[in-house]
Amino acid sequence: MTTSSLKRIAGSGLIALSLAATPSLAQEAPDTPPWNQADAIYGEEAMAKAREDVLAEGGDQKTFYVLFNQLEAQTGGEEDSFYWNGQANWGGDVNKLWIKTEGRASLEGGGVDDAEIQALYSRAVAPFWNLQGGLRYDIEPDGLAHGVVALNGLAPYWFEVDASAFVSEKGDLTARIEAEYELLLTQRLILQPRIEANLAAQDIPERGTGSGLNSIDAGLRLRYEIKREFAPYIGVEWQGAFGGTKDFIEAAGGEADETVFLVGLRTWY
Amino acid sequence: MFTRRHMLQSALGTGAVLGASGLLPAWARPASAGNTGLTELAGSQFDLDIGKFPVRINGRTTEATGINGTVPGPLIRFREGDEVTLNVTNRLAADTSIHWHGLLVPFHMDGVPGVSFPGIHPGETFQYKFAVPQNGTYWYHSHSGLQEQVGHYGPLIIDPAGTDPVQYDREYVLVLGDWTFTDPHRVFAKLKKNAESLNFNRPTVTNPTGLTGMWGQMRMSPRDLADVTGETYTYVINGHSTADNFNMVFEPGEKVRLRIINAGAMTLFNVRLPGLPMTVVQADGLNVQPVETDEFQIGVAETYDVIVQPAEARAYAFVAESIDRSGQAVATLGPRPGMRAEAPELRPVPILTMKDMGMDHGNMGGMSEADGMKSGHEGHDMGSANVNMPGDGMPAMDHGAMKPDPHGPADQPARIEADIERGPGVVNVAAMPMSRLDEPGIGLDDVPHRTLTYSQLRSLDMNPDHRSPEREIVVHLTSNMERYMWSFDGVKFSEVTESIKFYEGERVRLTLINDTMMPHPIHLHGMFFDLVIPGLDASGGSGMHMPRKHTVVVKPAEKLSVDIAAEHVGDWAFHCHLLYHMHAGMMQVVSVLPTDVSEPMPATMEMDHEGMDHGDMKHGEDM
Repeated sequence: MTTSSLKRIAGSGLIALSLAATPSLAQEAPDTPPWNQADAIYGEEAMAKAREDVLAEGGDQKTFYVLFNQLEAQTGGEEDSFYWNGQANWGGDVNKLWIKTEGRASLEGGGVDDAEIQALYSRAVAPFWNLQGGLRYDIEPDGLAHGVVALNGLAPYWFEVDASAFVSEKGDLTARIEAEYELLLTQRLILQPRIEANLAAQDIPERGTGSGLNSIDAGLRLRYEIKREFAPYIGVEWQGAFGGTKDFIEAAGGEADETVFLVGLRTWY
Repeated sequence: MFTRRHMLQSALGTGAVLGASGLLPAWARPASAGNTGLTELAGSQFDLDIGKFPVRINGRTTEATGINGTVPGPLIRFREGDEVTLNVTNRLAADTSIHWHGLLVPFHMDGVPGVSFPGIHPGETFQYKFAVPQNGTYWYHSHSGLQEQVGHYGPLIIDPAGTDPVQYDREYVLVLGDWTFTDPHRVFAKLKKNAESLNFNRPTVTNPTGLTGMWGQMRMSPRDLADVTGETYTYVINGHSTADNFNMVFEPGEKVRLRIINAGAMTLFNVRLPGLPMTVVQADGLNVQPVETDEFQIGVAETYDVIVQPAEARAYAFVAESIDRSGQAVATLGPRPGMRAEAPELRPVPILTMKDMGMDHGNMGGMSEADGMKSGHEGHDMGSANVNMPGDGMPAMDHGAMKPDPHGPADQPARIEADIERGPGVVNVAAMPMSRLDEPGIGLDDVPHRTLTYSQLRSLDMNPDHRSPEREIVVHLTSNMERYMWSFDGVKFSEVTESIKFYEGERVRLTLINDTMMPHPIHLHGMFFDLVIPGLDASGGSGMHMPRKHTVVVKPAEKLSVDIAAEHVGDWAFHCHLLYHMHAGMMQVVSVLPTDVSEPMPATMEMDHEGMDHGDMKHGEDM
């Protein structure tokens, strides 16, 4: 990776950061305590410490959350594979460090085909929306780095949405939109329709990607929440390629679309 | 020497040497373990040890943090006006505290770490000493972290100095609780990560209300009745689950006084004794004019004393059902010790309506405030509403509403309303908040018997303060359930930079507007709320008998007012008594400032208030 490409990536991350910055970030602790009448009785020092603690306990807790939305075996396609899609975050209500990862490994001895990890700063900008910015690194296939800007949240009518735009260190612009829904058949049996679409602004021949809409995965997963945090599932997913991407695949002798069956686990802590 | 104190101590301590029920203090043991009603027991000195110890709840052994080795803790009972000394020793590894809920103690004895004292550090003994000018049923609990959830609470009774206007032959204390075998910090973390994960009554394909329409658009659930439910909680009465059967005895024809305290962390309960009417004689420790009813909803931290007079020699069930009907605790009142009344089936789960969202039916167009639409205000904290108050030292009023309501009566208090911080923590502002004092609470509208409402309550004694308020302070209860953020005026306690100011000697009106979908039991330390009931004439008659409460439940989309005599100088905690709401930020401090150092308050205030003008929603509901 060259220095200039690093700068470019860092730059795109910074755009998100500066977009997200608001006055409350810059707010400093007040010089005068918000109340202090007990100081005269118990001493300033003892009260100052206790006051700091009670304020922090009133909404400033940091939470660590990890969710593996998909940990699944996919069969019935060209090659059996293992697919994962997870995220973790740490922070307060507004500012969080957010990690996302997604990838695929062959279950037929082919090793890891795709593996990416994103490290993002996430800021709650509206009741249901987070604006996120940071870096993505594709461990496989090619060690390519990207800058990321994403909007993530809950749309009206309970649709979970994650829309990300990526600029690679080579200057290629791509985007990914994920949306899912949780339909409770019972309090524990849940049907999850899910769609993921990938787009590109240009052909990226070395990755076999054409410009425009290049792929859609549309799946249905049926899970049973033994505990809310532990839910095995089965499912089916249609994975299709379009446009230039489809041509690349077909030129290489592959199937442009296939339907796979899934067995997996959704888990969070 | 065998002093009265020793006698009391041994009475408090006997539980420790007995069997399963014997792990409880005498008053909390069932009749089958020798409790035939409270005996006269009063002291003026109490030693309370805070520690961790095993308890047995619903047949399962678990660890509690509490007082003197029992859950609930010992009954503290003393006489009105007596000076009492309470030595509280911390045997935990963490700080602790005891707050005397509803007691008018000097503020530095109020027991809120960081607000009224520094807290009790490990190994320390803190001595509380006070005399209070009141009697009745109260309780006490930790104000540190989440200790209250794991057993750090107990009942407190102050016997009247004179004759008790309430006549009874026998009395029991019933401390309602919600026990969890899960670490409370884990419960809170689950709410933060996945706020609906503890709710097992969510909308489904067969019960789809909430998925579509306004609910879906707003991303709010009409089935969000309680954050923590029977899936997590074992509901208890004096530490007894339904299976443990707390049983009480009576002689037919006797008047039995039940002192009911909701010491739950998160649970509002519906209380009833099927087949047995109750006469409510006291609410929050203060006597009320007797009112007969069949069921009432009790908010967390509220207390109600009722008289029942069972005529038949049969077992009656005492039922405390959680508001979301995901569970209940049933005790027995019977003619013989050890009887077990039949527990009723849990009733159908109620469902919220547009009314609870603060929306009028069929008039919802354009009312949505969701999705972070800014109201035109930028981050002001609550304290900034107090601009131009004496001693404040702030230059100009540039925000907040302080103009009289043009539609209201001629003589109005100056009105102070902070701008709501419309950040990620506020999903909704009730477009049409309303008075709901004449409603019994969620789910009790359509039960086939009488239910208690706040508007039925009248203080037995004449109110001590008949003045009209000079100022009105408006506070919105705000939230984002999805992120599990709870606050006042959109500002979490952790973000507060200035307390709410009252001035010694003033009569102030506090108006609470609930912008959330949940009922919140709001508690202000050190003062009583004189509940303003619309239609009650304040100038005389029943208007001088406003019910006085230390905790008031504000229903979804409700707007209610309380008048307060700011008598006791000090810093006083002000918060939602749902423990995890407080923990998430639904808390503030009210500073009652001495007036001798400040100038007289300006009589009228005019200010510019842009954006959302709640003043327009005001008329017709005051007084």
